[in-house]
Amino acid sequence: MSTPSTKAANMLRITYLVLLVFALAAPFLGLYPVFVMKLLCFALFACAFNLLLGFTGLLSFGHAAFFGSAAYVTGWFIKAQGWTPELGLLAGTVAAGLIGLVVGAVAIRRQGIYFAMITLAIAQMVYFVCLQASFTGGEDGLQGVPRGKLLGLLPLESDISLYYVVVAIFTACFLFISRIVHSPFGQVLKMIRENEPRAISLGYNVDRYKLLAFVLSAALAGLAGSMKTLVMGFATLSDVHWSMSGEVILMTLLGGVGTFFGPVMGSGIVIALQNLLADKVGSWVTVIIGAIFVVCVLAFRKGVIGELQAYLERRRNAAKAASQQT
Amino acid sequence: MEIFGIPLQAFLGQLLLGLVNGAFYAMLSLGLAVIFGLLGIVNFAHGALYMLGAFAAWIMMDQLGLNYWWALVLAPLTVGALGVVIERLFLKHLYKLDPLYGLLLTFGLSLIAEGVFREIYGVSGQNYSVPELLSGATNLGFMVLPNYRAWVVLVSLVVCLGTWFLIERTRLGAYLRAGTENAPLVQAFGVNVPMMVMLTYGAGAALAALAGVLAAPIIQVNPLMGSNLIIVVFAVVVIGGMGSILGSVITGLGLGIVEGLTRVFYPEASNIVVFVIMVIVLMFRPAGLFGKEA
Repeated sequence: MSTPSTKAANMLRITYLVLLVFALAAPFLGLYPVFVMKLLCFALFACAFNLLLGFTGLLSFGHAAFFGSAAYVTGWFIKAQGWTPELGLLAGTVAAGLIGLVVGAVAIRRQGIYFAMITLAIAQMVYFVCLQASFTGGEDGLQGVPRGKLLGLLPLESDISLYYVVVAIFTACFLFISRIVHSPFGQVLKMIRENEPRAISLGYNVDRYKLLAFVLSAALAGLAGSMKTLVMGFATLSDVHWSMSGEVILMTLLGGVGTFFGPVMGSGIVIALQNLLADKVGSWVTVIIGAIFVVCVLAFRKGVIGELQAYLERRRNAAKAASQQT
Repeated sequence: MEIFGIPLQAFLGQLLLGLVNGAFYAMLSLGLAVIFGLLGIVNFAHGALYMLGAFAAWIMMDQLGLNYWWALVLAPLTVGALGVVIERLFLKHLYKLDPLYGLLLTFGLSLIAEGVFREIYGVSGQNYSVPELLSGATNLGFMVLPNYRAWVVLVSLVVCLGTWFLIERTRLGAYLRAGTENAPLVQAFGVNVPMMVMLTYGAGAALAALAGVLAAPIIQVNPLMGSNLIIVVFAVVVIGGMGSILGSVITGLGLGIVEGLTRVFYPEASNIVVFVIMVIVLMFRPAGLFGKEA
């Protein structure tokens, strides 16, 4: 038996498979691997952020703190300590998760708009620490981080070999996030998003769920930042700056808050736009990003994927209504 | 004379600098609190409006030859009018939505303002000279007081107390407070609430711009001056709680002084001391020092 919903689920699965095949074949289709890797790093960052905003209902305005500090930690361990890339990635992820634990524990003491302001303020503190600490290289950042050999065996200097590592990590994380959201834990998060007082009255320790979601999101955002260091070979202050926190919000909002593929789509659009415009228009990039923000909030709150889903839903309902009439 | 091994002159100088910064925190967090109270919007653009105020003063001086005193009146009026336009064009569509959208929209607006000014004027600062009447310094015997800094503290205190008086002690203020509690009911009594909301945002914008004009002669006028400040002001608002007007003024001034003292005793931490205090306050009094809700 195939009900419309399982049909839709199958369609979705096929779409994801096609996308995965496309991603695997991308370097041979003439797409510049470094560009796609950068895109995947930011896509993972946005997916991690969406786990918090879309599936738990918490707007963090400070996710650059996790992305950026993990980028620094990974860069420092690989460059100054000579660690292998996988250990560097692990160190960055763990560091971001720990910072997330501290930041989350403080921020969940307030709700809604205050949560956003607190995360923004603490992230700014992390920014100043990165600016002044000795191991971050201050204004210059960490430059020329070597890619090294994965597990001491596989050299990652060629873009192609690193590309497949990045695709593998991204796919694993995407599936992991999807698993989290569909697990009983994810359902509790959804309940907290929809109606927090009810979740409390049903006996759930809401703060612990929120904190765990925050730590998971921070750690995944950290992994994205660590991966970015490995791909680009540097970690700089712009990774921890508040404008990076704004960018990840925009990516998620543009693609569709609370959808699985939305953040990937949104980061694709934003990164492509930046690449396209950066040399040509200078500071106008900021203006354009600001304008997209305004348009999204005023007229396009569901984002690209959200609107697409709503459209398909409407069409399905119309078809159902038509079939019932005859 | 020395205090804890710091020369008294340097100590008092930093204290005054802290007080000046605190005056800006107070004026901005005051506007933020009033706007949030009535509109339910956390105005990220407050920093951009402050920057616009400073730039308006600089442009008036540079292009139109209008002096500081004209700018002190005209810049807030111009930016206030811009605030009214922003409210009509954008914000009024958001009142029924989650307040987070207001934060995001005003964030977008401040990116636009910042980008435009960065494109035109670059990131290096523009100098704005101290008006002649207020230049120089007064020797108080124990310290030399730069006249302009004293003026800034004085004006901001007058403005903050004036705003407090307007809101807590006048009929108009009573309407505003009633609108914060229950807007539909106030409307039912025949008060034009949409108009009131619009003018409140305009007044908040003008207040931010006034702070910008006051700041122009002290700091370099540059496109990024607002966004760096607004994040600190957010922390100030979290510490003070947005419930009380006098509370936000006291918190703003107090934190400015603490920041100044930190710059004397442990300069490395002066950038982050406000955030550290925020974390401590959140641990012991999550609602903020003057906050009402839990």
